[in-house]
Amino acid sequence: MGSSSSISSAHLLRLYDRFESLDRDNRGCLSPDDFEALGGLAMNPIGGRIMEAFFSSGQDTVDFSSFVRILAHFRPTDRNRNKEGAQQELPSSRTRKLKFAFQLYDMDRDGKISREELLQVLRAMLGLQVTEEQLQSIAERAIQEADLDKDDAISFDEFKKSLEKTDIDTKMSVSFLK
Amino acid sequence: MILILLHGSRGEIPSKPIAATILPFVKPNDGVQTYPEDQKNNLPVFTMNYPRIQIPFEITLWVLLASFAKIGFHVYHKITIWVPESCLLISIGLIVGAIMHSVHEEPPAVLTSNVFFLYMLPLIVLESGYFMPTRPFFENIGTVFWFAVVGTLWNSIGIGISLFAICQIPAFGVQDINLQENLLFSAIISAVDPVAVLNVFEDVSVNEQLYIVVFGECLFNDAVTVVLYNMFSFVAEMPVVEPVDVFIGVARFFIVGLGGMAFGILFGFVAAFTTRFTSKVREIEPLFVFMYSYLAYLVAELFAISSIMAIITCALTMKYYVEENVSQRSCTTIRHVIKMVASISETLIFFFLGVVTITTDHEWNWGYILFTLLFAFVWRGLGILVLTQIINPFRTIPFNMKDQFGLAYGGLRGAVSFALAFTLPDTIGRKQLFVTATIAVILFTVFLQGISIRPLIEFINVRRTNRNLETINVEIHCRLMEHTMAGIEDLCGQWSRFYWKDKFMKFNNRILRKILIRDGRAESSIVALYKKLELQNAMEILDTASGNISAAPSIVSLSPNVELLMTKKFLAADLRNIHDILSKNMYKIRERTVAYRGKHALPNDSQTREILIRRHATIRRSLRPRSFQSSNVPRTHKYFSLPAGKSLESRFDAARWHYTDDHETLSEVAYPSQRSRFGKPARSSSSKAMIPLHRLGTLEEVPSTDVLNEESSSTGQGVFRTNSSYSDSRVPHPRRLYSLFDDNNSELGHVVLIQLRDWPHQEPSQGP
Repeated sequence: MGSSSSISSAHLLRLYDRFESLDRDNRGCLSPDDFEALGGLAMNPIGGRIMEAFFSSGQDTVDFSSFVRILAHFRPTDRNRNKEGAQQELPSSRTRKLKFAFQLYDMDRDGKISREELLQVLRAMLGLQVTEEQLQSIAERAIQEADLDKDDAISFDEFKKSLEKTDIDTKMSVSFLK
Repeated sequence: MILILLHGSRGEIPSKPIAATILPFVKPNDGVQTYPEDQKNNLPVFTMNYPRIQIPFEITLWVLLASFAKIGFHVYHKITIWVPESCLLISIGLIVGAIMHSVHEEPPAVLTSNVFFLYMLPLIVLESGYFMPTRPFFENIGTVFWFAVVGTLWNSIGIGISLFAICQIPAFGVQDINLQENLLFSAIISAVDPVAVLNVFEDVSVNEQLYIVVFGECLFNDAVTVVLYNMFSFVAEMPVVEPVDVFIGVARFFIVGLGGMAFGILFGFVAAFTTRFTSKVREIEPLFVFMYSYLAYLVAELFAISSIMAIITCALTMKYYVEENVSQRSCTTIRHVIKMVASISETLIFFFLGVVTITTDHEWNWGYILFTLLFAFVWRGLGILVLTQIINPFRTIPFNMKDQFGLAYGGLRGAVSFALAFTLPDTIGRKQLFVTATIAVILFTVFLQGISIRPLIEFINVRRTNRNLETINVEIHCRLMEHTMAGIEDLCGQWSRFYWKDKFMKFNNRILRKILIRDGRAESSIVALYKKLELQNAMEILDTASGNISAAPSIVSLSPNVELLMTKKFLAADLRNIHDILSKNMYKIRERTVAYRGKHALPNDSQTREILIRRHATIRRSLRPRSFQSSNVPRTHKYFSLPAGKSLESRFDAARWHYTDDHETLSEVAYPSQRSRFGKPARSSSSKAMIPLHRLGTLEEVPSTDVLNEESSSTGQGVFRTNSSYSDSRVPHPRRLYSLFDDNNSELGHVVLIQLRDWPHQEPSQGP
């Protein structure tokens, strides 16, 4: 855990307790069933994807350090204001949050959100509320809005650009991870 | 008898014989009745009856005068950048007041405290509540309440006690004011006023957090102010204060605050429920919104609980459900009317503030007033400082020093304090002094702070906001992030606001929506935003559509030569083709002249209510893998919303876009072939570049429509005949497709708006 993502020891302790309580068979690491045992996460439309993010490096268990490392993405950023007054926090933190979100879309890790991937996420989130056609239209529009190099997919830079005016930090921070 | 007659004849035409006899003794009354010259009883040719219309007349004149002032300000628009409108209005009011004073006229009796609290304030607060951005509000709700409640308490008590201390100094000559009265006065002037603050902050686009906290604070501090005011005014008449009274005060505060909210929510739900059934009476739908909010306000006033909180929570609750139930038009009407009346109300308030300043009797006391100003400022600053320190650890994004400065400096006092000062009981000896001091504080804060806040904020570089355009991307990604955060919170085992929000949304979708919304389908905000954006794009297209297509930069910019050629080519000749094909497919176009259906019915727009764009080519492109490149699809086909050969049902079966009433209408735009082929993603962005997106509230009726009667023989001419006898019942066809042809028929064909109507099922006849 690098210095830029260090969590205070009190919080670490709490997280460790949580880790232990999740780890039902006490192996010192979490497996996918441990995640699925969490009711809320199972019902979350993108619960599966969140889970995937933890297991990203190809292993099938998550040890405590990886657990914390991923969760550290969601620390609120400690920002200093500077003259511009715009969102000028440490670039790495915001970028990391965005990268995390991007990876939730980009399941095949090709660095782009294709239309199909976008559709999948939309389908998961919107579910039965909309028709397939509406989904198509929405996905279409989303890609048209964001896709600047016309490759019919959203790359990470385009993703970042489309969100440049949004306050990511508020949206993707959990205060108890400070 | 003469007296009686005199009295009786003031406003009426005197009975004839009597008039004749008493005429020599009676002088004409003030402009009421001109008696006939001769002693005969002629019908008066010209009569004037002023007192009858006096009150409405004067109100109207004042409103007009204030509105003219508003128009006048914008003539020289630089002024409004530097001087907020409230200042200008007060200045005009001062001038008018000076004029009135010099001619010894009284200000209109209509401006009483009652009028302010019962008629003017609810409208302003309703507007604030209705247009409050809900998401940031609920994210910051803790901070808002913290500042509203504790901040106001801190301010009142602080100012009250320090003023009391000042009063002890004999030099100022105010020793007769005791502690209770001081506290009462300080309760009045510590109330930050929504009207003044909003007026100023609107132009200074500070960051969202700051805005919402200031905004929320001034709306919700009413609860505290009401309690303190009542408590202190009650107590001011008592010689001794006991501790039990303090506890009662606290209890009262909770009743006032929570009761207000409870009433608001109750009325909000009732309003939402009512609008579920209003699909047949669309014309009066906006009425429900107003009546229920006003009712919430009045009922709260009845029980002396916080009426402002009631009306705000009512508006917040109501808005979400009502906007889904009512028609698009009603929605627009509601928004417009709220804005209009709030604007008038606000204008009048500031105006009268100026007028009454001159015309009341003042009692000036240098020491007291100056110290009041000083303490108001100091205590607010201190309060913000201390409170922010306490609450910053709980906030995800802490307030930095600059934000705090903005918060403190933005604490303007305004009309609420003013009205409260006037309602002070007359038993208070120094009422005039209080009134004068209140006015002084108001004028000082509004003028000085109002004018200087903008340059100061720019100077110290408070974080600003970007009033960003809404995009569907942002909405989708934000939704994703919310889900992510809910999941993460679950994982960490900590419940925080995402969890509660998630819970609430589930509860909302499962239960509340089923009860309160007419067709109860859960609609995601993503879909709603998508529809809205499409609608805006449609309006933009129509705005540019009246010109010719080659003038539209978006097309020209794409691939100039080919496009221009193709545009011009298929206009005239293909028109006939299109016409045949369309009529064969039983397209129907909206009437040009609106059929008169009776006095209380709105124009018949049931078929053509909403316009949504479907990018057919792009949809088809996405459905059929990459086949759009083929150029051998006949050009005319691209006009249809269906791929050739498919039936209507399969494509549009489930497309229920539900803005309107039971007959779903779906409008679609088929772009000309160039667009479909070459109109790649740049369309939306370039159209944005052309025209700023309208807010949905400015949706206008599309002016240019033509009618093509399906029974009339197709003429292939550009101009289509209107058919005023179009009626639904005669044409029981399924899946009517209505087209809307552009008025400028020489350049016809670049926009075809098609509407789909969901009729009872029958097989349609096939296309070509």
